[in-house]
Amino acid sequence: MKRSWYATPYALWMLLFAVVPLLFVCWYAFTTPEGTFTLANFQEFIKPRYMGVILRSLKLALYCTALCLVIGYPTAWFLAGRGFNHAQSLVVLILLPMWMNLLLRTYAMMTLLDDNGVLNAALQALGLGKLKIIGTEGAVLMGLVYNYLPFMVLPIYTVLKKMDYSVIEAAEDLGCNPLRVMTRVVIPMSVPGIVSGVTMVFMPAVTSFAISTLLSNGKLRLAGDLIDYIFNQSSNPNRWNIGSSFSLMMLVLILISIGFLRKVDPDSEGGGMW
Amino acid sequence: MKKIAIVLLVALLIGALYVPALAEADKPFAGTEIKVYNWYDYIDPEVLTIFEEETGIKVNYVNFSQNEDMYTRLSTGAEVYDVIFPSEYMIERLIKEDLLAELNLDNIPNKANVLDSLMDPAYDPGNAHSIPYMWGTLGIVVNTEMVEEPVTSWNDLLNEKYAGKIFMMDSVRDTVGLALKNLGYSMNSHNQDELAAAGEWLMAQKDSGVVGGYIMDQAKDMMAGNEAAMAVMYSGDALYAMEKNDKLAYVIPDEGSNIWVDGMCVPKSSQNQEAAECFINFMCRPDIAQKNMEYIYYSSPIKQVVEGLSEEEKASIAMNPTEEMVARCEYYVDNSDVAYMYDDIWMDVLM
Repeated sequence: MKRSWYATPYALWMLLFAVVPLLFVCWYAFTTPEGTFTLANFQEFIKPRYMGVILRSLKLALYCTALCLVIGYPTAWFLAGRGFNHAQSLVVLILLPMWMNLLLRTYAMMTLLDDNGVLNAALQALGLGKLKIIGTEGAVLMGLVYNYLPFMVLPIYTVLKKMDYSVIEAAEDLGCNPLRVMTRVVIPMSVPGIVSGVTMVFMPAVTSFAISTLLSNGKLRLAGDLIDYIFNQSSNPNRWNIGSSFSLMMLVLILISIGFLRKVDPDSEGGGMW
Repeated sequence: MKKIAIVLLVALLIGALYVPALAEADKPFAGTEIKVYNWYDYIDPEVLTIFEEETGIKVNYVNFSQNEDMYTRLSTGAEVYDVIFPSEYMIERLIKEDLLAELNLDNIPNKANVLDSLMDPAYDPGNAHSIPYMWGTLGIVVNTEMVEEPVTSWNDLLNEKYAGKIFMMDSVRDTVGLALKNLGYSMNSHNQDELAAAGEWLMAQKDSGVVGGYIMDQAKDMMAGNEAAMAVMYSGDALYAMEKNDKLAYVIPDEGSNIWVDGMCVPKSSQNQEAAECFINFMCRPDIAQKNMEYIYYSSPIKQVVEGLSEEEKASIAMNPTEEMVARCEYYVDNSDVAYMYDDIWMDVLM
């Protein structure tokens, strides 16, 4: 048997559950319910009602990515440090939450952040006032960062771990202070990891679904929730067509970010995880 | 020794043949599997076990949280269900679209137990397609300790003193409907101007920041946990919350509200209609209806259950609204021809 055949089960799986459904989505996106060709489904996209949701998704995904980078980079740097013996176990700790279902983690978050939740009970016990978190944009952002942070830490960690430490020693020997070592050597060399992390956080964040509805008590919905609403609850007879065109637009957004990644990190040094 | 073993074995074999034969007589549908599609949290799970034991029918029990979700799953034919629990306006729509089987009422003798006032309704003349399961109203649950002023009107949901503590429903018909009712229009309005006014009322409410959220099932727990001051809720959820927190009261606003009936129907695509009817008949049995009512806190339409209510329960607005209150309320009528107008408003509020 030729070696190339070994992937046949997976290829069949992909054909059945990724390629064929995608073709359906394309078909619905460009047709009317009667089956004639149209571009009208895409015009819906620019209606202010939908534009607001898309812009909110982009904004929150950007904030989320920035926060993940600010929190994740120092973490990765710390973990990749030389002479640090417990790195493996800490990496496992970072991975641990990812083994649990995302919805469960979000429900747990609701319990923690609720008006009468664990966090507020602790604050009150300390004599500090209550914080209003659930139902705000901040809660949604916290939920997104919490869920996607590991996707930022891991690729940066991979790149930093592989970095030749003698380069840093050389920089120090040649008179660089620690700050300049960071800005002139470490950060530039870890760009592939950063790009990989940024893409892997931004993509799922911008298309995320259910997290925002749950943590905002249904007040803030993102693009994923919009598509869900159109498919499942809308009474519009074109709902499958409009929903498909929206899904396609989100897909294009993801493809653009992958293209961007390829350009900055052509050899997937950031441990390309797809 | 060997002989005894053989005798025992033979006896066992005969017994094994004999027992199912016996069971067959009073369990005509034993071995059938029916798929029951009901609202979340809307049955006493024990009832399903009793049904399976008594009839030998296996129940595959699945849930939805909105009529519209249920409609999508059913109408696309993605799955085949044997018993569904739509609300009255959805029943009307499903009949119009020829998606419901005509019930053989001879198989449902327990229909005689249903309150006469809920039988032969306008949405399904002669109960040809549906038997009422539960009924109730839409209203406001108020935490009387947090809210000082009396709540009598939908407009009390605009009170900025309770900003962030007022919860609306994530449900297009109920939320747009109450805005319409508040402005003195029908909850089934087809009028573009009336709907636009309702939309403005909801937007103004949202923009003022009083709304803590648009939620469904969480509302009862939030009210029970003193996390909300007011929440729009179905009467059954209200009873559930009031059971857990005695500071709560249920109000049917003066402007009027919605009265609803959830029915039990058999989709046309069902292959097991008789077993499904057997299930519906079972659900109308007084002891079973009583169990369900005690578990989910909704008002049962079964006469024997209503007669057995305590004085306290009979006095409860949520459990047993007065005739005058019911007269203020309105059934939803299928609005699928103008549903896009409701949708447009709702999307603006929600998204």
